[in-house]
Amino acid sequence: MTVTEPVPETIAASDVPLLEVVDLHVGFRTDAGTVNAVNGLNYKVDGGETLAILGESGSGKSVNAQAVMGIIDSPPGFIPKGEVLYRGTDLLKLPDDERRRIRGNEIAMVFQDALTALNPVFNVGWQIGEMFRQHKGMSKKKATAKAVELMDRVGIPGAADRVHAYPHELSGGMRQRIMIAMAIALDPDVLIADEPTTALDVTVQAQIMDLLAELQADTGMGLILITHDLGVVAEVADRVVVMYAGREVEKAPIDELFAAPRHPYTEGLMQSIPRPDQVTRRLDPIRGAPPDLLRIPPGCAFHPRCPYAKDRCRTETPALRTISTDPLRSTACHFAEELYS
Amino acid sequence: MTDTFDSAGLTETADPADAMRVEAYGPGEPGGLGPDDDKVRNASLWSDAWIQCRRRPLFWVCLFIIAVLVTAAVFPGLFTSKDPRECSLRNSLLTPSSEHWFGTDLQGCDYYARTVYGARVSISVGLLVTFIATFVAIVGGSIAGFYGGISDSIIGRITDIWFAIPTVLGGIVLLTVLEDRFDRNVITVSVVLAVFAWTTMLRLVRSSVLAVKEADFVDAARALGASNFRIITRHILPNAITPVIVYATITVGVIIAAEATFSFLGVGLRLPSISWGLMIAGADDRIRTFPHLLLFPGAVLSITVFAFILLGDVLRDALDPKLR
Repeated sequence: MTVTEPVPETIAASDVPLLEVVDLHVGFRTDAGTVNAVNGLNYKVDGGETLAILGESGSGKSVNAQAVMGIIDSPPGFIPKGEVLYRGTDLLKLPDDERRRIRGNEIAMVFQDALTALNPVFNVGWQIGEMFRQHKGMSKKKATAKAVELMDRVGIPGAADRVHAYPHELSGGMRQRIMIAMAIALDPDVLIADEPTTALDVTVQAQIMDLLAELQADTGMGLILITHDLGVVAEVADRVVVMYAGREVEKAPIDELFAAPRHPYTEGLMQSIPRPDQVTRRLDPIRGAPPDLLRIPPGCAFHPRCPYAKDRCRTETPALRTISTDPLRSTACHFAEELYS
Repeated sequence: MTDTFDSAGLTETADPADAMRVEAYGPGEPGGLGPDDDKVRNASLWSDAWIQCRRRPLFWVCLFIIAVLVTAAVFPGLFTSKDPRECSLRNSLLTPSSEHWFGTDLQGCDYYARTVYGARVSISVGLLVTFIATFVAIVGGSIAGFYGGISDSIIGRITDIWFAIPTVLGGIVLLTVLEDRFDRNVITVSVVLAVFAWTTMLRLVRSSVLAVKEADFVDAARALGASNFRIITRHILPNAITPVIVYATITVGVIIAAEATFSFLGVGLRLPSISWGLMIAGADDRIRTFPHLLLFPGAVLSITVFAFILLGDVLRDALDPKLR
């Protein structure tokens, strides 16, 4: 699961990571107070690499994606702190029109529910072709021809016939393929997929993930996969960032993470997966509910649900740190060494 | 006996649908590609609406009336060979006859010819005002709805204030004031009517844009680098326009009635213009003795307004899937 594909030169050329998020904070002003959706997130992605951002609903994983894309509704959303570095340039400081040029061209995004993310009044060929017409100024005819080509590439059978179909006339998997076709239309260097398979059934999920992996191998783009599905993560990701209450709690290469979690939250997630060899046991969910982002618990945000919580966890916020025994991984638990060694 | 008859009838009705489905798939294309595949291909909102409309007799009735009126407005000569301005006092106030189908007015002009020629004013005022008002409403409503914040507040307050001005009173004042500087013609009357016609429509556009703005495909378009202008024109408006189309259709009818009202009140068009409102005004004193003077222009006016309003209703039924 490590990077084995040859990475195109343009992307791997410098030491600057392709995309790096540094200490990102995102808040939403509401009548009840400020909702702190993301509270200091750090990660980086290189070309040809798949980074999974794993977390439950409300962990801030999708908001993080919107912040990177620059599509947070503002107001009420705002970014008080942080940097989103694309090839070393802070996107948050770019003027709007330059930012817009980067979206779609350099960084593109696939949405969760392709039915609502496609415009219902235009046929899919028009929507894919829009990318070429808008960014490349292509003629209508040429854009449609390119759309057919792309639909072929994302595995839509009979693309030439389907190019004039409307989104609601296609099946869920097919629609997600269209979304992907739009996202990769301009050969972006980074693709953010926000729960791309959540709205699909299991067999189609696997096909879509295969498609993403295949496209990534072809183009050498960096892929950020946002999901709550451990199964999806296990199959395609190189590295994983586990998020809880808007912070990362654990970062690790995928195999290591699955072999042995180094944070009680990750451990809890693993234990709540049903396994075929444990038929007699009841599932062991994480007790309690995710924190209210208006009032994140002081200290370690996970302490009210943590079976190992001690006094220190209630007062002192653990920083993400490398584990002495395992330099590839980092965790945000005070007692990682004691708990997992 | 009845049983066989029934089942025969059923198969017969089922057949064309099946045939259509096969046709929709196209020859040689494998079916079963997904659960949603048993729909007819390329069913856009508009072709769907067209199929809905096509089935309704009312739609054809409205369309026929409007088609006749528009033809009369463009080519009045097709409907009458008489000149509406060729009047002879000898023929003053004749009742309907085979020579003068609708009779004649005080000046001895052929009333049928005048009714036909009157369509031009009504239709052009109705369409012109609706175009201007819809344009203003779409531009203002999109800006207010899409950008929100200060632009929404400013546009919203202006609309509210405008809304508070009574149309008839405001129209009378404005037309009277403008009289010194401009000729009283179709253009001036249209502009004045348009000044008061855009408010409701702007609110409609704004609310509709607000609703569509939240859709995922707007975020998706933005994430793929679409500009605000493109998002508004290509993604939001096409999805927000249907209630506006319905309302605009109804507005044509309402404006035609308003033009007639203004002309009747003496602040709209003036003689020698030919307008249904002026004809009704001319019938004023003689309704008891010569009811045809009121009856014909009044009936044509009512039918016209009725046709546009009904067409709006039919369109609303066809365009709003929730009402089906």
